[in-house]
Amino acid sequence: MDESRPIFQQIAEQIENDIIDGTTPEESQVPSTNEFAAFYRINPATAGKGVNLLVDEGILYKKRGIGMFVAEGSRERLVAKRREEFSTEYVQPLLAEAAKLGITIHQLADMITKGTRS
Amino acid sequence: MSTVIEATGLTKNFGTFTAVDDVSFTIEENRIYGLLGRNGAGKTTIMQLLTGQDFASSGTVTVYGESPVENARVLSNVSFIKESQKYPDNVKAKHVLAAAPTFFGNWNAELADELLAAFRVPLDRDMKKLSRGQVSAVGVIVGLASRAPITFFDEPYLGLDAVARQLFYDKLLEDYAEHPRTVILSTHLIDEVSDLLEHVILIDEGRILIDTDADELRGSATTVVGRSADVATFVEGREVIHRDGIGGLSSVTVTGQLSSADRAAAVAANLELAPVSLQQLIVRLSSLETTSEGSKS
Repeated sequence: MDESRPIFQQIAEQIENDIIDGTTPEESQVPSTNEFAAFYRINPATAGKGVNLLVDEGILYKKRGIGMFVAEGSRERLVAKRREEFSTEYVQPLLAEAAKLGITIHQLADMITKGTRS
Repeated sequence: MSTVIEATGLTKNFGTFTAVDDVSFTIEENRIYGLLGRNGAGKTTIMQLLTGQDFASSGTVTVYGESPVENARVLSNVSFIKESQKYPDNVKAKHVLAAAPTFFGNWNAELADELLAAFRVPLDRDMKKLSRGQVSAVGVIVGLASRAPITFFDEPYLGLDAVARQLFYDKLLEDYAEHPRTVILSTHLIDEVSDLLEHVILIDEGRILIDTDADELRGSATTVVGRSADVATFVEGREVIHRDGIGGLSSVTVTGQLSSADRAAAVAANLELAPVSLQQLIVRLSSLETTSEGSKS
């Protein structure tokens, strides 16, 4: 676990990642709070907080007596949210590091093109 | 959430020494608490007061709304595993485990057997001939298998190797998930347990320094590293709990959550931000307190 952020947020992000990359498809069941707790070796209440965060956002929903499931349309919504964050999370740090090293925007664009090709 | 333990103005003096100094807190049902602090901070004394093994000099403790002292109704719900547990001569682990069900109504023999095998404790050898780690393992087994509604572990890991400690944490989590109960764990090995804790109470010199949810403490301090002038600008107006430096570089630890704007500003100023672990935070805060005490005298 990353020390800089609350664990429940990291659990929520992990579940989101699994939905985005298709590991947990829509309408499939996600592991229980206790399973998350045992797997990540964290307090079950903390794991529950992460799951509940996604329930509040409508990403997961509860089937009474069975468990938590991925809501329809979740993947699309998560992808949209992550795209919005992409600039601040990835592009801005990239530009800052490039500026520090004296890499021009043109050179950077060139690197990215090469990177996608290889 | 209901409160199971309430301490109000709790104070314990030993002669002129004040081990616990006007401490007030509550313990909520079915959570895992970390009672943290340096040696001699007052952790064990607090646990003894909460379990009726010692009398408070002033202030009150209630457990399930009643005083725990000489109170069988309360104490039958409490399991207290002490680091320094003594056993009578000629007592073997099998005797300890045979006696335990008499004290604990929720005792689970299956769990005890499973743990005995996992910790590899010899049943038929005198307790005083067991290794330090094996004695600790017996305590851990009793603490877990008792499934007491309130379980205290006072540094239960002494002498346990890394494998056995991980086993203890895993079994605690596993059994707690299935059978929720209130757990108060006192430990120095903060990094090892920080993810297990729901709430942290930090004691220093008999007083409470921190009483907050563990997740709130995450990210509540950050170390800023970079050129001294840039670092100084960034930390201006923030509470600094530690400073370090080499050459023109500074490393300063500040408290308070950083916003994404703060992070962007740091990146723009070529500063590195490093998270502070719960253990580091506690080391910083405990030593800070000692320094300020020292300067007063």
